[in-house]
Amino acid sequence: MSVETLFALTACALVGIGLYGLIAQPHPLRKLIAFNVMGSGVFVLFGALAKRGAAAGLAADPVPQALLITAIVVAFAATAVTVALMLRLIESADSASLAEPPAKD
Amino acid sequence: MITTIAVGVLVLLLLWLALWTVLARDAFLAVAGFVIYGLLLALVWVRLAGIDVALTEAAIGGGLTGALLLGAVGRLRRTEAETAAEDVGTATRALAAVLALGVTAALVLAVLMLPEPVPTLAPLVVPNMPATGVGNPITGVLLAFRALDTLLEAIVLVIALIGVWSFAGDRAWGGRPGPRYQAEPDGILAYLARVLPPLGIVIGIYLFWAGADHPGGKFQAATILAAMWMLVQMAGLGDAPRTDHRGLRAGIVVGPLAFIAVGALGLWKAGSFLGYPEGWAKPLILVIEIALLPTLVLVLALLMNGPPSRGGAR
Repeated sequence: MSVETLFALTACALVGIGLYGLIAQPHPLRKLIAFNVMGSGVFVLFGALAKRGAAAGLAADPVPQALLITAIVVAFAATAVTVALMLRLIESADSASLAEPPAKD
Repeated sequence: MITTIAVGVLVLLLLWLALWTVLARDAFLAVAGFVIYGLLLALVWVRLAGIDVALTEAAIGGGLTGALLLGAVGRLRRTEAETAAEDVGTATRALAAVLALGVTAALVLAVLMLPEPVPTLAPLVVPNMPATGVGNPITGVLLAFRALDTLLEAIVLVIALIGVWSFAGDRAWGGRPGPRYQAEPDGILAYLARVLPPLGIVIGIYLFWAGADHPGGKFQAATILAAMWMLVQMAGLGDAPRTDHRGLRAGIVVGPLAFIAVGALGLWKAGSFLGYPEGWAKPLILVIEIALLPTLVLVLALLMNGPPSRGGAR
């Protein structure tokens, strides 16, 4: 099996692991970390496809690789916004729970 | 043979760390796992012939994101026990596992049925590189062939920063973000914050300049410069800037504005938005890169700082 296929299959598992954590972990910070793991799986899969596209003397297709750099930076920005939102939620609600608050009658 | 074993070990470590990160007992352990995971991912990128991506991943994916999450862990400590009691239940966990396995299985099927011959844009990039005047194909893609993506990315970063700032309380608006860090003036942190920044600035500018022809570029350079600034702040040697400072705000928007101006020039001179007139590609790319650098450094560092929290509304 070629290296890129092996990494592509690993990436599929990473997406699954992240998705599980996103659902099963109750704390929003843990969900955010799990979401980042899931995102990195998508990136590795895309990077493996870029490696498959090696041609014309280049070791990999530069177009998806350039998009990956963009993606990593944007993922960081989105994570920063989420962290700020989460800290604000805790400050105003005094709880990190994402569960429905008990209904007030 | 040895590389095969190395790749196998790398894959196993990566999967184990991903599981660790998702399942760890508390959030601190999860973040610690995530940082190491980010560094290992950088090795994966090297193996996948993406040195530029590897540099970005190590600097931003592992480094900056890790530091951001560690900061959040510290402030969220006391809420952890509360949500730990909030177990999602065995049924939900089982469903989540089934869903995760299903998604993984679907992706594996897709990987095993990838089309042959492999679709690739490399043969289109290579013959057109001389027209851009840069030697690194990734820089060529980022700033010539797919410049629109990079422009939108710069705008997204500025919007993200506005988003973070908008979480400030009314009284803190325009003030300084984060706490005023205090550190032992003769301690190791203050020492490093004096010794490392000069080196970091040289390395950052080298990566920025080398990015035209070699792996590197403005994102990696900006991350290193932003990290140096954070180090100075954390050692208590400098404070975070006031977010209503006009010079700061000008530095934040100069990148996207210069980018749009060059794009409009292309509309006028080369007949398409972001088109470069014959022979002018390299100087215009340089103008965009130099204008983007302050934007990227400021936005990355200020995203780490978080929303303004003190000394607002003068």
